[in-house]
Amino acid sequence: MIQIQHISKRFGKLQVLKDVSLELKGGECIALIGPNGSGKTTLIKSMLGMVVPQSGDILFKGASISKEWAYRNHIGYMPQIGRYPENMTIGQVLDMMQDIRKAAKSTLDNDLFAAFDLQSMLDKRMGTLSGGTRQKVSACLAFMFRPDVLILDEPTAGLDPVATEILKDKILAEKSNNKLIIITSHVLSDLDDLVTEVIYMQEGRPLFHQSLESLKAETGTDRLGKAIAQVMSKQEPKKVEYEQNY
Amino acid sequence: MSKIIKYVVADLLRNKTIMVYTLVLLVLSISVFSMETNAEKGVASLLNIILFVVPLVSIIFSTVYLYNSAEFIELLVSQPLKRQTIWLSIFTGLAGAVALAFLVGVGIPVILYAFMPSGIVLVLCGMVLSLVFVSIAMWASVRIRDKAKGIGLSILLWLYFALLFDAVVLFVVFQFSDYPIENAMVGVSMLNPIDISRILILLQIDVSAMMGYTGAIFRNFFGNTGGMSLTLLVLLLWIALPLGFSTYFFKKKDL
Repeated sequence: MIQIQHISKRFGKLQVLKDVSLELKGGECIALIGPNGSGKTTLIKSMLGMVVPQSGDILFKGASISKEWAYRNHIGYMPQIGRYPENMTIGQVLDMMQDIRKAAKSTLDNDLFAAFDLQSMLDKRMGTLSGGTRQKVSACLAFMFRPDVLILDEPTAGLDPVATEILKDKILAEKSNNKLIIITSHVLSDLDDLVTEVIYMQEGRPLFHQSLESLKAETGTDRLGKAIAQVMSKQEPKKVEYEQNY
Repeated sequence: MSKIIKYVVADLLRNKTIMVYTLVLLVLSISVFSMETNAEKGVASLLNIILFVVPLVSIIFSTVYLYNSAEFIELLVSQPLKRQTIWLSIFTGLAGAVALAFLVGVGIPVILYAFMPSGIVLVLCGMVLSLVFVSIAMWASVRIRDKAKGIGLSILLWLYFALLFDAVVLFVVFQFSDYPIENAMVGVSMLNPIDISRILILLQIDVSAMMGYTGAIFRNFFGNTGGMSLTLLVLLLWIALPLGFSTYFFKKKDL
């Protein structure tokens, strides 16, 4: 569904993405993991057109996204830190998004809206909300328009355990709808029962991209966290091996 | 496009600064007009205040607003919207609000006290100046990421247009006072929208007689249709060029 072809991005002197090429298909639930500053968020923002790469191209359903905007109708994005106009209320933000997306009320997916009980907080201003509540609004907006692709940047950061479980159930439900779901997170235990594929980013390039089963089999572990720890501990030989495979 | 304008305007209407700006202009104009017995004199006094205050408020308020809506802009960019649409809608909303504040604050007293050509030109020039400086603010804020530096740049730009430019022109005029530079002065004045407005208004209130030979040249130039349409074109360029550049950079900006 999304093909990333040799994209590179530099912020000033800092090379954030180095010749990244990936192929992401529908029905996959992909964990995008890696250390801080490895380019995960920049990669996500390039897919959304918020960051414009210096070279390379990104194809969405076969068409290049550069200078395009309509393709974002098919993407639900939950940012790492949801930032909204301070003096708009939750209700106004939701209305505005529905207005922008030209979505009819009847076609909306209000599961999370109901599960998070946002109805009772509709009149609260965004500026007064706690980080967790903002995350709930972000999550609600990402899923609301039934997009084909869901991009969730640190979705569980700041959410309480109950809300985290609600969100995980929702992600599982969407996964079975043949959607492409991309999740970045540092809480690997959250990802264990969700993801089918793992992309590990290191210093601006993907070190490997493989299915969770094969990763577990290869490292002889049963948990994603352990597998990643093992990969990281013997990184150098791995790196050579994967560059050959890639 | 109209949707985003709607949200920008709704946001601005809740903003107290714009209300205070309207009230200050209203109080200023009414008090100036009630102090002066002659309406023409009132326009002349108001002119100096307005040419100082309007560019300052338009550029600073817009820059601060743009930096404060960084989140809003980021949110919009991740949605299925064209970047150009987003940027031009923000300009329309912002420029509309600032110009409307001026229209209410100065337009109403002018209609009450000085409903004549000079007063009307004053209101029109003030509205055009508002748009010009909102447009310059858009350019400044898209070029500079850091909020403090961006606001600093707009203050510098305002200083340049309001004070430094005139100082440089005066200096040059004194240096070259032995040469026939009157025609060149018309061209130089086109480089500063505040000067254009000042000349346009002064020519309406007959104090140009005091400006000597240059005044006569100005009168000659701005008095005919060709000169007038050229002036309008230049003012439009002062709105369109900074806005065009800022849109060009915004399309390529990383958020």
